[in-house]
Amino acid sequence: MTITPNPAPSPSAPPPATERFTPIRAKAAPRPGTWVSAVIAALLVLGLIWFLVTNPVLEWGTVATYLLDVKVIQGVGWTLLLTVLSMVLGTVVALTAAIMRRSDNPVLRGVSWAYIFIFRGIPVYTQLVFWGLFTVIVPKIVIGVPFGPELLSFSTRDLLTAFWAAVIGLGLNEGAYLAEIIRSGLNSVDKGQTEASKALGMSNGKILRRIIVPQAMRVIVPPLGNETIGMLKTTSLVLAVPFTLDLTFATNGIANKLFTPIPLLIVAALWYLAITSVLMVGQHFLEKHFGRGFDDRTPATGRGRRSRQAAVNSAGTTPQNPLPEVEL
Amino acid sequence: MSQNPQNPAPGRARAARTVIQLDGVHKSFGDLHVLKDCELTVRSGEVAVLVGPSGSGKSTLLRCINQLEEPSAGRVLIDDVVQGYAPDPLPDGRWQKLTSAQIAAQRSRIGMVFQRFHLFPHLTALGNVMEAPVQVRGLPKAAAEKKARALLDRVGLADRADHYPSELSGGQQQRVAIARALAMDPELMLFDEPTSALDPELVSEVLTVLKDLAADGMTMVVVTHEMGFAREVADQVVFMDEGRILERGTPEQVIDHPESERLQGFLASVL
Repeated sequence: MTITPNPAPSPSAPPPATERFTPIRAKAAPRPGTWVSAVIAALLVLGLIWFLVTNPVLEWGTVATYLLDVKVIQGVGWTLLLTVLSMVLGTVVALTAAIMRRSDNPVLRGVSWAYIFIFRGIPVYTQLVFWGLFTVIVPKIVIGVPFGPELLSFSTRDLLTAFWAAVIGLGLNEGAYLAEIIRSGLNSVDKGQTEASKALGMSNGKILRRIIVPQAMRVIVPPLGNETIGMLKTTSLVLAVPFTLDLTFATNGIANKLFTPIPLLIVAALWYLAITSVLMVGQHFLEKHFGRGFDDRTPATGRGRRSRQAAVNSAGTTPQNPLPEVEL
Repeated sequence: MSQNPQNPAPGRARAARTVIQLDGVHKSFGDLHVLKDCELTVRSGEVAVLVGPSGSGKSTLLRCINQLEEPSAGRVLIDDVVQGYAPDPLPDGRWQKLTSAQIAAQRSRIGMVFQRFHLFPHLTALGNVMEAPVQVRGLPKAAAEKKARALLDRVGLADRADHYPSELSGGQQQRVAIARALAMDPELMLFDEPTSALDPELVSEVLTVLKDLAADGMTMVVVTHEMGFAREVADQVVFMDEGRILERGTPEQVIDHPESERLQGFLASVL
């Protein structure tokens, strides 16, 4: 069986793109608002720079001295590590909770609902204090037969250091928020995708992993990036555990020693901004990866609408949008 | 068997094995009774075309065949095997439902093509066709790719293998969807209004593929409004109205000599 891959364009088909034409010589419409706002913004920026340069309280010399201080750099490292690990933990927990929430099994749905209810409903500061005191509340974890012999026991003090208490506290709190984000992402995938996968004989697990989650990621990644940046700043609360090596604690410590809080606040603010910038770059690449096949404007393949238009033209017609769910 | 002298499929004349059998199938969604006591027999190599006004239950009947819908009453048999339940009733007379994995295995032998394609938008045309053979059958990637390229060539899209669905026209997307279903070597194919979402000028490229499949002896059930296609390719035309099968027979009987007033009215509106 054969059919022509590219039917010859009918005589009524649009002319090829290479045909010569004279472009319109156009003068831009006047936009006085643009100029007025530009002048106002420029004046404000100049005023701000003048204020920053001339204000002696800001102590730029101290800022420069401590921007690359060993304690500060170590603080940046710990803050980054806390952010990454707690986001990884949060995402894994959230994906599990979101999938459980969609399950047919009422027990799994209930457990997931309870987790989200508890961890989203208690302030993260309170949760961090709780995890800091976990070793006091639960000194020993015993694995064995209930009311019977012990098989294995560990002291929580040896396992749960302040750092891991902070990671678990931040991660479990974050997971409750992310679970709702991931759930709405999973629900955003067209039901036809599940039907088509079922018709091919794919198992529920494979459908989720191969078809639903990759498409949901496109919707999930932007709020996930938002949450990561939020997490970066939430790590400044870990002194509640107490964990005392992160960026905020480090700069506060130096500030208290020197009695100069303002320049050290600037140091911390500059570093948080720098890390946020790096995270935004990462988010851009994640969005590009999971947007492949979806976005006509920035397709991973660099083809997009042009290619489809070419396909449509070669078929000698102009279709109505055949896949409205793809064009969001 | 073959009613169509232009389509002498090899072996179709003596092929008499029943592939699909629907016995007294009912389906209701709550109070809405959408299928009423439907009987259907489709033999190996046969093309059955379901026609009828929208809302008459054609798509629901089709979806019962591969268990995308669960019949409320009656049985669906594929190759004499009950679908969705264990072969024999339990001692108390109830029927043991199959697990989702067992149902998936039954579905994997039935290809389905949807009105709105439902290609996987995050995979290329090649990826779409390779997905099920690799994930369900466990075919090695290289072998699956070779097979997928051959299938894309068969539907005339060899040069579009690396394009994403959003880069293809509707007719091309539907042909990829057909190749995706064929990749599982299905015993029968279900088509749910495969050309209804297409522009008139793109319809023929999809119908050509369907005709070639029929000529190759594929067992097919097609829901469509294309009466020309039904007349040319169908061995059996089934007219449904308000959830019931009102008439069935050869295209000559059903399309040219309709008996019921409902069918006469329907044909007058589509022809």
